[in-house]
Amino acid sequence: MGKINLIIDNKPVQVENGTTVLQAAKEIGIEIPTLCYFQLKDLNIENKPGGCRVCVVEIEGRRNLAPSCTTNCTEGMIVHTHSLRVLNARRTVVELILSDHPADCLVCPKSGNCELQNLAHRLGIREISYQGVQSTYRKDTSPSIIRDVDKCVMCRRCEMMCNDVQTVGALSAINRGFTAVVAPAFEQNLDKSPCTFCGQCVAVCPVGALSEVDNTPQVIRALTDKTKTVIVQTAPAVRVALGEEFGMEPGTIVTGKMAAALRELGFNYVFDTDFAADLTIMEEGTELLGRLSDFLAGKKDVKLPILTSCCPGWVNFLEHNFPEMKEVPSTAKSPQQMFGAIAKTYFANKIGVKREDLIVVSVMPCLAKKYECQRDEFKTNGDPDVNYSISTRELAKLIKMANIDFVNLPDAEFDNPLGESTGAAPIFGVTGGVIEAAVRTAYEVFTGQKLPKIEFTELRGLEGVRSATIKVGDLDLNIGIANGLGNARKLLNQVKKGEANYHAIEIMACPGGCIGGGGQPLHHGNSEIILKRSAAIYEEDRNKPLRKSHENPYIVKLYEEFLGKPCGELSHHLLHTHYFDRSTKIEIE
Amino acid sequence: MAKIKYHILCCGGTGCHASKSDVIMSRFNEVINEKGLTSDAKVVATGCFGFCEQGPIVKILPDNTFYTRVTPEDVEEIINEHIIKGRKVTRLLYTDPAKNEHIEDSKHMNFYKKQIRIALRNCGFIDPENINEYIAREGYEALSKVLGEMTPQQAIEEVKLSGLRGRGGGGFPTGLKWEFASKYQADQKYVVCNADEGDPGAFMDRSILEGDPHSVLEAMEICGYCIGATKGLIYIRAEYPLAIHRLKVAIKQAREVGLLGKDILGTGFDFDVELRYGAGAFVCGEETALIHSMEGHRGEPTVKPPFPAESGYLKKPSNVNNVETFANIPVIFNKGANWFNKIGTERSKGTKVFALAGKINNVGLIEVPMGTTLREVIYEIGGGIKGGKKFKAVQTGGPSGGCLTEKHLDVPIEYDTLIAAGSMMGSGGMIVMDEDNCMVSVAKFYLEFTVEESCGKCTPCRIGNKRLHEILDKITKGHGTMEDLDKLKNLSQVIKDTALCGLGQTSPNPVLSTIDNFWDEYVEHVTVKKCRAGVCTSMLKFVIDPEVCIGCTLCARNCPVNAITGERKSPHQINQDICIKCGTCKEKCKFGAISIK
Amino acid sequence: MANIKLAEDKLKALIEVCKSFNNEKGELINVLHKAQEIFGYLPAEVQEVVAHELNVSVATVYGVVSFYSFFTMKPKGENPISVCLGTACYVRGAEKVLEEIKKVAKVEVGETTPDGKFSLACLRCVGACGLAPVLMIGQKVYGRVAPEKVNEILAEY
Repeated sequence: MGKINLIIDNKPVQVENGTTVLQAAKEIGIEIPTLCYFQLKDLNIENKPGGCRVCVVEIEGRRNLAPSCTTNCTEGMIVHTHSLRVLNARRTVVELILSDHPADCLVCPKSGNCELQNLAHRLGIREISYQGVQSTYRKDTSPSIIRDVDKCVMCRRCEMMCNDVQTVGALSAINRGFTAVVAPAFEQNLDKSPCTFCGQCVAVCPVGALSEVDNTPQVIRALTDKTKTVIVQTAPAVRVALGEEFGMEPGTIVTGKMAAALRELGFNYVFDTDFAADLTIMEEGTELLGRLSDFLAGKKDVKLPILTSCCPGWVNFLEHNFPEMKEVPSTAKSPQQMFGAIAKTYFANKIGVKREDLIVVSVMPCLAKKYECQRDEFKTNGDPDVNYSISTRELAKLIKMANIDFVNLPDAEFDNPLGESTGAAPIFGVTGGVIEAAVRTAYEVFTGQKLPKIEFTELRGLEGVRSATIKVGDLDLNIGIANGLGNARKLLNQVKKGEANYHAIEIMACPGGCIGGGGQPLHHGNSEIILKRSAAIYEEDRNKPLRKSHENPYIVKLYEEFLGKPCGELSHHLLHTHYFDRSTKIEIE
Repeated sequence: MAKIKYHILCCGGTGCHASKSDVIMSRFNEVINEKGLTSDAKVVATGCFGFCEQGPIVKILPDNTFYTRVTPEDVEEIINEHIIKGRKVTRLLYTDPAKNEHIEDSKHMNFYKKQIRIALRNCGFIDPENINEYIAREGYEALSKVLGEMTPQQAIEEVKLSGLRGRGGGGFPTGLKWEFASKYQADQKYVVCNADEGDPGAFMDRSILEGDPHSVLEAMEICGYCIGATKGLIYIRAEYPLAIHRLKVAIKQAREVGLLGKDILGTGFDFDVELRYGAGAFVCGEETALIHSMEGHRGEPTVKPPFPAESGYLKKPSNVNNVETFANIPVIFNKGANWFNKIGTERSKGTKVFALAGKINNVGLIEVPMGTTLREVIYEIGGGIKGGKKFKAVQTGGPSGGCLTEKHLDVPIEYDTLIAAGSMMGSGGMIVMDEDNCMVSVAKFYLEFTVEESCGKCTPCRIGNKRLHEILDKITKGHGTMEDLDKLKNLSQVIKDTALCGLGQTSPNPVLSTIDNFWDEYVEHVTVKKCRAGVCTSMLKFVIDPEVCIGCTLCARNCPVNAITGERKSPHQINQDICIKCGTCKEKCKFGAISIK
Repeated sequence: MANIKLAEDKLKALIEVCKSFNNEKGELINVLHKAQEIFGYLPAEVQEVVAHELNVSVATVYGVVSFYSFFTMKPKGENPISVCLGTACYVRGAEKVLEEIKKVAKVEVGETTPDGKFSLACLRCVGACGLAPVLMIGQKVYGRVAPEKVNEILAEY
């Protein structure tokens, strides 16, 4: 069908059939306020329950006000977005939400970045006319996420993320009426639920109902403890997003400023998770080639396709939902944990610091990393390989707290030996990147020939499930890629049913990969930001003189001096792990 | 029914069942067997007669004798006198309260005189568990006519011509609704019967399902033929065990005789019906919420469009009608749309069933032609206010409706006039209130209901109604202000304007209509802190008349909070700040010295 | 996640119920109705099993259980008392009857007495409005209940 003509606030507008009033208004520069509505356009994610009623408008000829987010334009429609009736209704609705919302903005983790706060500000609300009983729920603190349900505004974004996008099913709307909120089953704590700590709920929560566990106090304490040597590693996706927290254009690469800021914060050594990403490729790539050659040699019981294991949200998802496949993923630890293991052995030894006096901090775009570093198998005598994991947002907070003028900071370099990386490492931060990095190395190792073309664009993109076949010598390497856990589930179900014939699968829990992680600066539904971060990641790759992990001289040196060979005995001990069955078991009493 | 002389119809509706009608029936059978009267009299368990106030009801055919408040002990006498000797048991006959004389048969009772029974045509006449009795009263003739002689489009036209509008509350023209659903193409469509009657104080749908389940099945089949659906679903409250049982029996019997299932009446038309159970959520009466509930989800409504006609159950085109709407359908085809549309008024055709309850003499289920006035219903059919008290208000439309007053008594009952008067037809609850009912408290009662039943999806209903209830509670506790009344008005208006579904949009109606019609009572509550009905106890003031009090100290000794002081043998006083208005003192005083002000 | 323990016969019955509905997600509410018939209530363990069998998340199951008032996670008393608070009963004084029951049976709405003898719930319209106010104990309906009659009625149990 063709175009539709309507009038919004006395302005004529022509839109495609199927356009909502909200979109139509936006097209002519009228920004109708919303709360529950949420969209990540380029990732095909949308939430429009039509529940908050903030975006209501007056449509001539209709008895009631209509929510603009769910009302489609019709021919000849006359819409008023700011009539007295609309303004009164909108203000009353927001006042009602505020009347059941703790007014602790000053100390709320979302203060300054809260959509409800912005809305109240925008509508000029100075008092709440309708006071009354407020909901009281128990606060739930898990290793990664804090739920402060008193602040829940029932926008249902987290529920949509957790169920429709991620298919994790940890959260659901519960109860009804005034007591309705979004919570795990039986209102139990998240760590008792199938939550993967992917943090996508936090990434979309408009208010402070869901937030990350704040580990900055521990980091500050460690930094001021003179008896400790404190080192830091920063994940690839952090450097393409951190600038946003300081008002910089999304997609600005701030690697140098970040290193400088970390040094100013007082870290004794500023290292890079990218180094560990190169190391991961050495281990995971070797493991892949090992399984492949076993397979090609006709061995039975070869665990193929190999599944990547660097994403802790995905690992949690597998342990809860596909425990029967727990032997299938690569046993290689994630870059964060590889870094920790090397730092607390090889590096501690090198600088002559005792393990217990070395504090490893990681800066991650991720909230699941907080949980990952607390896993028992990543501890030696109770001491974790990575002590604290903070998110991109928390790092920004630390920098602001330390009065550092981030934007004008001169660039600095990472320290060595754990700061050097190739272009294969930064692309870990975007969906498809890990497998591309692995292919770059696997190709050269497997064929013994130099790669004719470094970039595998067929592995790139933001579609949820992708596949490609790469010629590696005589071998057609079938690769599957999924980003977002719902897509991972689809892909795994195909594998389980024998419908897919992959040799290797990369899975990232978050839509877009780590650039869209739960610990990143809030995108507030602007998917352009994610696209720009992705572009920046590939730019970072192109800027590197070396772009294949096995060419990293410090990696080569690490194997020579310490590890021996990839997947050798020491790496097996330090750099590999195993997985657990965390599904619910039903037993007979 | 030809050979048997007497048919003893016993009401097997839930109300009479609750007062042992099942025991009465088995007692009748016992006595008939004992006395060897099996060829003279037959006991029939019927659906609701409607006159619940006078239950358990036993009606004897062919003479239409109407026995009221029958007990198992009365059975032997009825058999001995009526069945054997042909003499009526006068003491069990209905007594006309006005004339104080016994009325021998139901035809001459005021309760039935003004009624026209279309939807309830078989309730109280047939054994709902016997399909043959339904068939004997033109049952499945409409289906046969539609399948055999009409195209779906012709049948839809007939429903349109009848002027039938949805009886569930909204009043949407039924024929139009069917037409919409018929126009969407799909491999599967559904006919859904909404039997999730959740309106407190309404039991029309249940009575129809209990008394005449086949009429609903027949109508659903006709609807299926019209819109091109082969599957029917009845969404029924799990709290209606008797209705569920009767439906199951009816479905089984209809299948057995080929009136349900494959190739119905040899016409090649397939249709079958399944039951789906509600689980206690008023909002599931809203059609989108109902559909989500049938799909196994939380019963939350979604924004319309898309309407169920386009995307309903399992995203397939679905037509949802309520029980009473369906019950009218077979009659429309049997007697013709032009017969049906002569009943009622210009814009509201046919009849409407009401559950008449509250402070009224004849509580029960009634069916009156549209256009009947509230006065006729309350005073003629309902027999006036209980205990000779003064009429104060009548509430129609349940939690979505409003309270109408004396000045509305001559308003004809129609969809549009009721809305214009600030209430609505709703599903048919009609609650009469007298001077002992406080209208602020009544509004609070309904809001309490809405707060409890709100699904919580949209802000205005989730939080707004809670706040409305809180303000009303504050007023009934004597802490309200004039500013609160303004807030009530504004908030009610905004909720009406912005809530997502019909439940939310209409939830402030009880507040708005009582504010409109009983403004003085609200003002009294907030300014002089007085509740004229004496319902809001925290506003009551117990006082001791010093002229009458002899100082016996009994009240002071019994006061649970020691609010009463005074010397022995001299008048006592009540400290109003301490008094909790429990009324113990007034009860205990032997001299009538304590009164309420 | 925790391991769930249930008695063998009941677990089997529950799994059978799910099977009888073809383990269809859409049948969740029907399954829960049957489960509540078997167990008398819907404890967390039962919801876990239902979730597992129908392949939906436990959060979803709990979301549904906590939405509908018919479903309960608390075991009912031997003699569940339900007071009708429908409008017809309300205007004829059901609230006073409810207060009296609370006093006499020493039980709050939604609770069960410590000895498990009575539990108290409110419901909306039994449909016996002619008998208002109405209360039910188990399946037995009491009509025209005056507050003074409460003591006598409860004494039957």
